[in-house]
Amino acid sequence: MVSFRTAVHNDWCPGCGDFGILSSIQMALAELQIEPSRVAIFSGIGCSGKTPHYINTYGIHTLHGRSLPFAIGAKLANPTLTVLAVGGDGDGLGIGAGHFVNTGRRNVDFTYIVFDNGVYGLTKGQASPTLARDLKTKSLPRPNINDAINPIAIAVAAGYTFIARGYAYDTRHLKELIKKGIQHKGSAFIDVLQPCPTYNDITTKEWFGGEDRIVDGKPLPRVYKLEDEGYDPLVKSADPDEASRKKLEAIAKSFEWGERIPIGVFYQNPFIPSYEERIAARIPSYTRSPPALQPIADKNNRPIASIDDIFEEFLV
Amino acid sequence: MIGGAQGTGVDSSANIFARAAAMAGLYVFGKREYYSNIKGEHSYFSVVLSESPVHSHMDEVHLLATFDSETVVRHAWEVVRGGGIIYDSMAVGEKISKIPTLEKIVLERVLSRLSREGLGDTVGDVLELAKRSGVALYPIPYMELLKKIGEVIGEKQLSALSRMTNVVAVAASFTILGLPMSALEKAIAQVFRAKARVVKSNVEAANATREYVSRNFLDTFPFKPTVRPTSRQRLFISGTSSVALGKIVAGCRFQTYYPITPASDESVYLEDHDTFNLADHPHIEEAKELDGKGSIVVVQSEDEIAAINMASGAALAGVRAATATSGPGFDLMVEGMGFAGMNEIPVVITLYQRGGPSTGLPTRHEQGELIYSIFGGHGEFPRIVIASGDIEEAFYDTIKAFNYAERYQVPVVHLLDKALANSTMTVEIFDSNRVNIDRGLLHTTWDPSKGEYKRFAFTQDGISPRVALGTPNGIFWNTGDEHDEYGHISEDPTIRDKMMEKRMRKIEVADAEIPDSERVILHGNPDAPNLVLSWGSPKGAIIDAIDYLESQGLHFAFAQIKVLHPFPTRFIQSLLPSYKKTICVEQNYTGQLMTLIRARTGHLVDHLICKYNGRPFSFSELRNALEEAVLKGTPRIVTHAGA
Repeated sequence: MVSFRTAVHNDWCPGCGDFGILSSIQMALAELQIEPSRVAIFSGIGCSGKTPHYINTYGIHTLHGRSLPFAIGAKLANPTLTVLAVGGDGDGLGIGAGHFVNTGRRNVDFTYIVFDNGVYGLTKGQASPTLARDLKTKSLPRPNINDAINPIAIAVAAGYTFIARGYAYDTRHLKELIKKGIQHKGSAFIDVLQPCPTYNDITTKEWFGGEDRIVDGKPLPRVYKLEDEGYDPLVKSADPDEASRKKLEAIAKSFEWGERIPIGVFYQNPFIPSYEERIAARIPSYTRSPPALQPIADKNNRPIASIDDIFEEFLV
Repeated sequence: MIGGAQGTGVDSSANIFARAAAMAGLYVFGKREYYSNIKGEHSYFSVVLSESPVHSHMDEVHLLATFDSETVVRHAWEVVRGGGIIYDSMAVGEKISKIPTLEKIVLERVLSRLSREGLGDTVGDVLELAKRSGVALYPIPYMELLKKIGEVIGEKQLSALSRMTNVVAVAASFTILGLPMSALEKAIAQVFRAKARVVKSNVEAANATREYVSRNFLDTFPFKPTVRPTSRQRLFISGTSSVALGKIVAGCRFQTYYPITPASDESVYLEDHDTFNLADHPHIEEAKELDGKGSIVVVQSEDEIAAINMASGAALAGVRAATATSGPGFDLMVEGMGFAGMNEIPVVITLYQRGGPSTGLPTRHEQGELIYSIFGGHGEFPRIVIASGDIEEAFYDTIKAFNYAERYQVPVVHLLDKALANSTMTVEIFDSNRVNIDRGLLHTTWDPSKGEYKRFAFTQDGISPRVALGTPNGIFWNTGDEHDEYGHISEDPTIRDKMMEKRMRKIEVADAEIPDSERVILHGNPDAPNLVLSWGSPKGAIIDAIDYLESQGLHFAFAQIKVLHPFPTRFIQSLLPSYKKTICVEQNYTGQLMTLIRARTGHLVDHLICKYNGRPFSFSELRNALEEAVLKGTPRIVTHAGA
């Protein structure tokens, strides 16, 4: 199997949930047998932003909150690439929230993985958009004054066509979600619960794992799998009413939190045309000859576009 | 000049008029002024016709064609003795104070002027005053005439008929100017080409108007242009369309934008022309496969932050990519431009400057972003900044912008402005054979036997071989952090030094390689004692003004600086000592080029002629200002023309 590892020293904190996500991505790509040079991974800023440096594919560590526009630009220029974007919840749902919402409108065929830990780790643990109000994580001087947003519900409302939640410490399950996301034709959003061992001392690995509530001598985990309870996320027809019903179910599930926390696929709709298909409907040659693969000059470096026909409207 | 309420066809009538005049063989320059408004506010077009090439507008109006009272009230004062005003004869009784869109300050100015002259407060009084100063009046009963035309073409609906008011005004102008109706018919056919019935009705309306005007007015208009029919065709085109065509020829196949005035016109035009022909190139296999069609993807993004970063993402995939914006949008792009600088991504930012700061004068003109585009952004990174002087240059410069971007692997800011964007001009047909495509060190494959690929490999000139995302054996990384040759984060001080030097060396290389002739264009009289220095769209008015002053015995050379960064320091340093007086002409408050010349050459330019009221320099005011600078020695001259 091709290795997706690099020799770059990984400087995440010991025990960080990011490791689980990293290996899940690497395993997913390897199992899908995608040639490393056909993959481009874009990231934002923060601990999660370093992810591409640890993966042996094209890796673009962009600006804070901006991984999605970069990823979309690259994908639309060359739709034959497999494109992933990764970033933290502050990166994607705070500073990059506008891009997160508007990306849902387009359904570009790519996969976006959010490392969701409730804090801005790299700047020493400030509250991020998914931290609940009144929680006081380790380095906050006062309890969090803002309410948390619900990434799954926003993704549904924004129009993502594959929406899932994974758990960083269940890498086999997360790997499968990432594979499904990559295989889904359209924008896939995967929210990953990712404990930050250094700054989030509330929603910890132990908390998700239910080690605070022992039943029959065993912890009762908070995290459970939707598929184990017969939840069906898949839209099976192009009927918009069916899609609406599935969306409402997904939103309802997304508000389940605390004692029981669902992971797995919340919603998947294969009937929405991808942005690439929408472009191809306007520009028939787009699929065969997308922007990055078009010749623009002849061997003498002369431009090959002819604007003589366009001149008609300007000729006097 | 043609004026009326926004949304009533001022644009299309000016367009028909100017095209028709150009088709009659004249050179044409058109300037468009409008409010940040959809319907109702005043807008106007000023069109200059000339037997020889013309590059600018003038303050004097010779023939004023109006659709509404507001245009009469605002512009009658600008009409010269012997000139004429075409107006709706039914509107003369209207009280000026009833015009809702006239600002109070304008209203008071007009009323006090009329009362000083012992006149009343109606539109008719404004016309009476014009008549007293030797202006000919051409009252036209628009509606009555249109109803008669309606009988001929079988159209009774008033709303449909009133849409032809603009053609009536244009045909009346054409008749008064003694221009051939055949050219007008041809222009109508071109503008409404898709709609045969509309063409027919408009031609009927034009002919009926000509008949009416010839029957009712004496043929005594003194400013008739001489028409020399020519078989050589030219283009009559706006700045935004010129840049759009440049992008297609340059091979730009990905453009992003967020709606903003005046930049969006370019992107909308490109989207409308997203598929185009390829020239017949039998040796290009791909071209054959494409059935001779090329295409550009235009993406309207959620904001300008996304616009620049999508373009950079696309550029990383190997396509020539660009974004187009105006001041406030450029503000949002600066962080993204820094990323492109840091990661050596060739991306083109087409920046149409408009009145700032903040929202400023969103539909008006200014050159306020020279210093900003060169120095904007945190930290220091390489970039190239160029400025086009007119619509024709804009086409060729657009192609150069992409060549510079790829050759030096830097972001390029192509500076244009509102005046250039929205003006229309007759230009020679663009010649794609004059241009070449330079993709620099872009490798389509990477042979691993040549060694491991390093995106930021240290090289003599700082320029590293570049591959696109997806190239086998070419895996690389980018990061906004300082990085090593692979693109991995590094805070090592030695690597930092070497990487900074590598990046910045590219600009030294560009400075050494780009010839002076591409960076500075010398116009005017090279032996003159006076040197005008400028950049961007004032070029046209400067050329027309110094051309006129030359005939009056005042001699000027004019250095038009086109590559503003890297600044042509050696050339300008060698040029300056040859002149007794140096004068910067630019449309901003502080004299940004003047500041830049001082910074780069140590030379303090003697005079600054500047303007910041949102209206472009006219030939007339530059003529006067240059004269004043040279004859009176005024160090700073601020001009104020325009409505």
